[in-house]
Amino acid sequence: MEWLKKAAQAYRLRWKRRRFLARAVRKRRELCCVKNRTNQIAPDAILGFCTMRNEMLRLPYFLDHYRRLGVVHFLIVDNDSDDGTLEYLGTQPDVSLWHTKHSYKSSRFGVDWLTWLQMRYAHGHWCLTVDADEILVYPHYETRPLPALTNWLDRRGRRSMGALMLDMYPKGPVQDHPYAAGDDPFRTLCWFDAGNYVIQKKPDLGSLWIQGGPRARCFFADNPRRAPTMGKVPLVKWHWRYAYVSSAHSLLPKRLNHTYCENGGEIFSGILLHTKFLQVIVDKSAEEKSRQEHFANSTLYDAYYDRLIENPNLWSEGSTRLISWRQLEAMGLMSKEDWV
Amino acid sequence: MPDVRYSKRHRCEWGTWGLVAATQGAAELMLQEFPDVRHVYLASGSCLPLRPVQELKDYLADRPNTDFIESATTADVPWTIGGLDHERFTLRFPFSWRKNRFLFDRYVALQRRMGYKRHIPNGIVPHMGSQWWCLTRQTLSAILSDPERDIYDRYFKRVWIPDESYFQTLARQYSRQIESRSLTLSKFDYQGKPHIFYDDHLQLLRRSDCFVARKIWPFANRLYDAFLTDSAGAMKRTEPNPGKIDRIFSKAVERRTLGRPGLYMQSRFPVEGRENGLTCAQYSVFEGFSDLFENFESWLARVTGTRVHGHLFAPEHAEFADGQTVVNGALSDSATLRDYNPRAFLTSLIWNTRGERQCFQVGPQDTIKNIEWDIAKDPNAQISVISGAWAVPLFKSNRNFSEIRQEAARLQQAESKHLGVLRSQWSKARIRIWTMADFIEAPMEPLQTIIDEIGQQNMRGIAEVPKMAELTGFGQFLQNLKNQGMHPYLMGDFPVAHDPHEQQNNKPKPYLVK
Repeated sequence: MEWLKKAAQAYRLRWKRRRFLARAVRKRRELCCVKNRTNQIAPDAILGFCTMRNEMLRLPYFLDHYRRLGVVHFLIVDNDSDDGTLEYLGTQPDVSLWHTKHSYKSSRFGVDWLTWLQMRYAHGHWCLTVDADEILVYPHYETRPLPALTNWLDRRGRRSMGALMLDMYPKGPVQDHPYAAGDDPFRTLCWFDAGNYVIQKKPDLGSLWIQGGPRARCFFADNPRRAPTMGKVPLVKWHWRYAYVSSAHSLLPKRLNHTYCENGGEIFSGILLHTKFLQVIVDKSAEEKSRQEHFANSTLYDAYYDRLIENPNLWSEGSTRLISWRQLEAMGLMSKEDWV
Repeated sequence: MPDVRYSKRHRCEWGTWGLVAATQGAAELMLQEFPDVRHVYLASGSCLPLRPVQELKDYLADRPNTDFIESATTADVPWTIGGLDHERFTLRFPFSWRKNRFLFDRYVALQRRMGYKRHIPNGIVPHMGSQWWCLTRQTLSAILSDPERDIYDRYFKRVWIPDESYFQTLARQYSRQIESRSLTLSKFDYQGKPHIFYDDHLQLLRRSDCFVARKIWPFANRLYDAFLTDSAGAMKRTEPNPGKIDRIFSKAVERRTLGRPGLYMQSRFPVEGRENGLTCAQYSVFEGFSDLFENFESWLARVTGTRVHGHLFAPEHAEFADGQTVVNGALSDSATLRDYNPRAFLTSLIWNTRGERQCFQVGPQDTIKNIEWDIAKDPNAQISVISGAWAVPLFKSNRNFSEIRQEAARLQQAESKHLGVLRSQWSKARIRIWTMADFIEAPMEPLQTIIDEIGQQNMRGIAEVPKMAELTGFGQFLQNLKNQGMHPYLMGDFPVAHDPHEQQNNKPKPYLVK
């Protein structure tokens, strides 16, 4: 009867995916195209997908980093920014830009909008889905740009790569460290939690549910189940029928979530350095608390926002200072597999 | 360019005859058009010369009759990974392995069942090896102008991956001197696919002293710049030595297949039983010791130089060494975080402190229900138990006797269950259990054994002993419990009257091993 159960589950997931796709098609009406430069996209181009709101501070470094990695075109949905993000992005030669005033939450945290764009433009491309505060690093990223990585993944027959989200924080209260647009954020946000992650396998999607890090340690110690999810699948060779389920944490079909090895070996993975804790977090948290756009049960996270508004210090005696990707790899936060 | 010719084009797909046919055509043209050529070196577009070509010329000029071609019989080497070894010479392969794996496999299975075998012509012995060779004119021309070449060609057309066996086999027929190695450096991963070299391999490639390397990533500009420009330079006469960089690649295979034991992360999450060890290093668990000895933790830390924690699974919070609230890796002492996933807590602690042995205390009052099996089944754990020692703090406490009785009953039940786990057939840890009565008969001997096993520097015997709690009246205390109907049995037999070995506890006794 085991196979029957599996077949039934596979069928349910298939319909779930179809529902997501239908939803995305419906939600396309919420998007208003500002700059469409997608005719520049070459057949083997690596694409970046992102939804953002008021990210002027992070954008210059963000774009710079991913251009250096070899992302040749960005498809960005601007969710009603008022700090000049929209205008700035409009002037970038490699950005196609959409604008929307609709609810972030009701578009499944931007996923519906991106699913529509991916359906239209990402088919057959390696595509990177990240937030504006996530900086992807992976073993050898300084000398081997994304085309080298995707070529290697292709040779291995893989269509997706997993990554751990690593919350980076400064030493001392988060607001005390000024950051100017374009700077390297990891000059101040250079501390992280190296070894307090807990992992469970999700039986339905087959993805790993990773929790931990400074937010679990400082804000969710009394209710660890609510701690944010730290695992993502940011790099996927896209097919128009794929769909992210919740943010970039997991996607359907479920085989794409299988970015880990279960027989004791290791496979390749990267890290998303999370620049959430720049000084703006304090003011932004106050705003997000009132907007209630970021969590499914937003009120449950009021205490979390309150703590952030208090200008917390996430640093502890056990924190580790960021040195290089080799350090992250040696600590077991990501793996280079046998890509020597 | 006067010395460039175009040979006839062939359709070349991985592992097909076209590769051999193209090589034959090009080699014939080469031998015909350039009569001075003595050695022919087969290379591909993703090969890159690592040393000045003059060095290669000199090297070959010193060895005018040597053929460099890796060539071994299938019986002698375990190269083929997941493929076929001798059968590639005796079966037929009409379906593509890459494009039509299903039919390929079915057809191979069918031939096996029918007992089909191809005839190998003229009794040649099939050899195989790297397809990147360097042959002398004599050998190459002998192969190409062999009167029986048609027979061989017809045979090899139907062999699986002929480019790895055609020249390798036939060179054995004619060569006067074969060096069975390739002058081209190439490394293969655990699936048998070639590793690709990138910009950061510059030093590695230099160190190998090989003449040519493959495969090079087409955009590795730094490699092309470095190796294609420093032409003349100092002439080295060193032998190619690919072995120098072998270790890196064999380690890579290990990393892929075995991973790092004791590590759980987003791309290594073994199912139960496939962990290659639950934790990454050995650690020690002490049960009852800190109850029986007053200064056990500080003593152990001094004697062994290890990190000694208190009760890591205490109900209130994890008692890290030195009262720390956060340890390596920012692991928090919060009980809720710990109990959310105690296995992750333990494996993280051991992983985060690699290189420093961890010791911690466990007692029946701790929340160990969800972790005791993991520890008992972990070969890295060294568990030492003094059963019944939990009674000592009760004995010392200033609580009402009825409360003590209740607590004793609870703890005894918990420890008894826990001992059941430790004694089960599935436990793989190194476990030693003493009753408290046995232990205090001669405490130094077991302590010495445990310390020796931890194996830190202290090999000269223990200079200092831990201070045992004052046990005068303990026998009576146990009797009182019995009188109340609660029979403490885990600590063994304590006579009511006399107090055992009082003298031992107060004075350090010199103790020598051997």
